[in-house]
Amino acid sequence: MTLRILYFARLRERFGQHEETLDFAGSTAADLIAQLRARGGVWAEELAAGRAFRVAVNQNLVAFDAALTENAEVAIFPPVTGG
Amino acid sequence: MPTIRIQTEAFDSGAEMAAISRNRTDIGAVASFVGLARDMNHGDDVRAMVLEHYPGMTEKVLAGLVDEARSRWALLDVTLIHRVGRLLPGDAIVLVAVASTHRGEAFSACEFIMDYLKTQAPFWKKEETEHGARWVEARASDDTAAARWTGS
Repeated sequence: MTLRILYFARLRERFGQHEETLDFAGSTAADLIAQLRARGGVWAEELAAGRAFRVAVNQNLVAFDAALTENAEVAIFPPVTGG
Repeated sequence: MPTIRIQTEAFDSGAEMAAISRNRTDIGAVASFVGLARDMNHGDDVRAMVLEHYPGMTEKVLAGLVDEARSRWALLDVTLIHRVGRLLPGDAIVLVAVASTHRGEAFSACEFIMDYLKTQAPFWKKEETEHGARWVEARASDDTAAARWTGS
């Protein structure tokens, strides 16, 4: 399936991009994180187990076992710090 | 009707507070919270901060938490304004104003909205300090504050 991935804040800066379109063969958010982590370097570092980050699918926060669907907008970002 | 705005421009807290009860006489209480940008954090001078957000999701989350507050308490109106972009120390970042018949609902809903905003709304702060720029880390105490409103 095709996914649109968005990165924000520290992750946007470290990955050097805000947005990408990705071909994805897995099924859950956790599978996507594993695929991104396999790129190594900053990807492996920032998305390592134990690092704090959140995943939103179609603009709703989800748990890592959430299923992804064709053309979903998936955002990955650090814990929020507004207010 | 609640007012919810995300904007780069400064806002006038006093004018927003006055507007919430203008031309109506059924409101008995307005509770408000204003969050300000400080000039000091973790012992360093903060010269400015830049607030980033997730356009689309932010609006959705703020509308959702105001709806949730309105389902929990009898509220007559809510104003929620959050700034994004570059802010200087002393600038107001966020305003929550809640109108109700009596003070209890207004106080509780105002605090609830802020506690949820802190942990759910996709905003991120980056501080410009004397030692360079840095992203603000989320605090565990914010999760604890938000958790008070669940399970009861």
